[in-house]
Amino acid sequence: MLIEMKDVWKTYPNGVMALNGIDTYIEKGEFVYVVGPSGAGKSTFIKCMYREEKPTKGSILIQGTDLAKLRERNIPKVRRKIGVVFQDFKLLPKLTVFENVAFALEVIEESPRTIRKRVNEVLDLVKLRDKAKSFPDELSGGEQQRVSIARSIVNRPPVVIADEPTGNLDPETAWGIMDILQEINDRGATVVMATHNKDIVNTRKKRVIAIEGGRIVRDEQKGEYGYEV
Amino acid sequence: MKSRTLKRHFRESFKSLGRNGWMSFASIAAVTVTLLLVGVFLVLLLNVNHLGSQIEGDVEIKAYIDQTTKTEQYNQIKADIEKIPNVQSVTFQSKEEGLKELIKSLGKEGGAYLSKQSENPLPDRYIVKTKTPQDTGSVASEIKKVTHINKVNYGQETVERLFKFTSVSRTIGIVLIIGLLFTAMFLISNTIKLTIVSRRKEIEIMKLVGATNGFIRWPFFIEGIFMGIIGSLIPILVVIFGYELIHDQLSKKLDSVFIQLLPVYPMVLELSLLLVVLGALIGIWGSMTSVRKFLKV
Repeated sequence: MLIEMKDVWKTYPNGVMALNGIDTYIEKGEFVYVVGPSGAGKSTFIKCMYREEKPTKGSILIQGTDLAKLRERNIPKVRRKIGVVFQDFKLLPKLTVFENVAFALEVIEESPRTIRKRVNEVLDLVKLRDKAKSFPDELSGGEQQRVSIARSIVNRPPVVIADEPTGNLDPETAWGIMDILQEINDRGATVVMATHNKDIVNTRKKRVIAIEGGRIVRDEQKGEYGYEV
Repeated sequence: MKSRTLKRHFRESFKSLGRNGWMSFASIAAVTVTLLLVGVFLVLLLNVNHLGSQIEGDVEIKAYIDQTTKTEQYNQIKADIEKIPNVQSVTFQSKEEGLKELIKSLGKEGGAYLSKQSENPLPDRYIVKTKTPQDTGSVASEIKKVTHINKVNYGQETVERLFKFTSVSRTIGIVLIIGLLFTAMFLISNTIKLTIVSRRKEIEIMKLVGATNGFIRWPFFIEGIFMGIIGSLIPILVVIFGYELIHDQLSKKLDSVFIQLLPVYPMVLELSLLLVVLGALIGIWGSMTSVRKFLKV
């Protein structure tokens, strides 16, 4: 088992109860959609997985490491096993595409040779090799998201977590992003993706976890989106 | 840490210094102003101290021997005084020597007494030095109890006033310097905080891709040191050349009153070193306190 959540609760300091007893597990190599209305706890669920938020109660095991008990200084080690893709891309505007992707390897002190090799590999995968020297503001939204994905996978994490990766993109571009995530999944990485995109969920059938009111209300293999847009 | 990583940290910190030009300038200016004040205060303080210890070193107790005492008893008196705790040295001064000194100290007017040396009215005396100048009072009252000593003189009021003055000025100086240093630290930590806010996103992303806090801190650490060191340059130049100038101008005038300023070297060099170190420390402290807040992602 790759990710296991046991009785996870999260109450924010302002009193909002975002998660109210989550129990689930995700196997190695799965592709999982996380759906649910806004404010249902999807984002908190995702954030707990890469330890941006710490659960108030319960345990979250990733490859046997409990994120709830993780000590502050060991967080970086866990983050290196998890690639995160954001809705707003979170690229550094003053760095080129190549540098943005290389950044993830620089911080773990890889050698320049390895960095060059791996960055070029992932840029090939997301089909942005020819834009390596461009700056983020010279790219379209879809291209920026592909850079963000490239950065998330460049250090070969076993898990890729995407928080509404297609949220800011037009439908056609969104499909392009899905193709890349599918490719990453086919190469063996586990992908967990929070989304509002009904078309994608209903067309590319995968496991669907639906969260409402901080609880899992539905968990189906080859599930449906199940909400009206 | 790998050397290429250290190289990266240096590169990053220089880039940031340049990129946040005005902020860096403000921080450096804050260090400069503070260290300038600290430097000037330290020069003053060190000189007051020097002056104080010069005068303190001159403090001596004159113990006058009763004129009826026989010369054979003198050794006993000396031994008695030497037994008193905190006494450093006891020197005999005969009445002839005493008179010569008196005449010398009177200058031209003293010439009148030269002819009357045979009628010397002065008693023989012991000159006593204490181990620490602050013990002068208590030692003097002990000496008074020794037999055949009929009078003790050490310029009580002057000495006590002097001690008070030097200790008060030392305390005030130290308090002022500490206050100044704290002001500088807050100024710097605030300006650096502003530069970090603009780099918040960068730090956040670094953390999300698994950078350790140490890795993130390094460039800020180096940046802080650099700002501190650059900020200390002007104060150092001012201290060295300023003091050299003042020393040249003043020391001639002060010679006539037997007061000496601290020599320019090695004092200004030691002070420069201190200012560089202080600058670097202020810089490090400022940048570290402000970066800490943003590391909790």
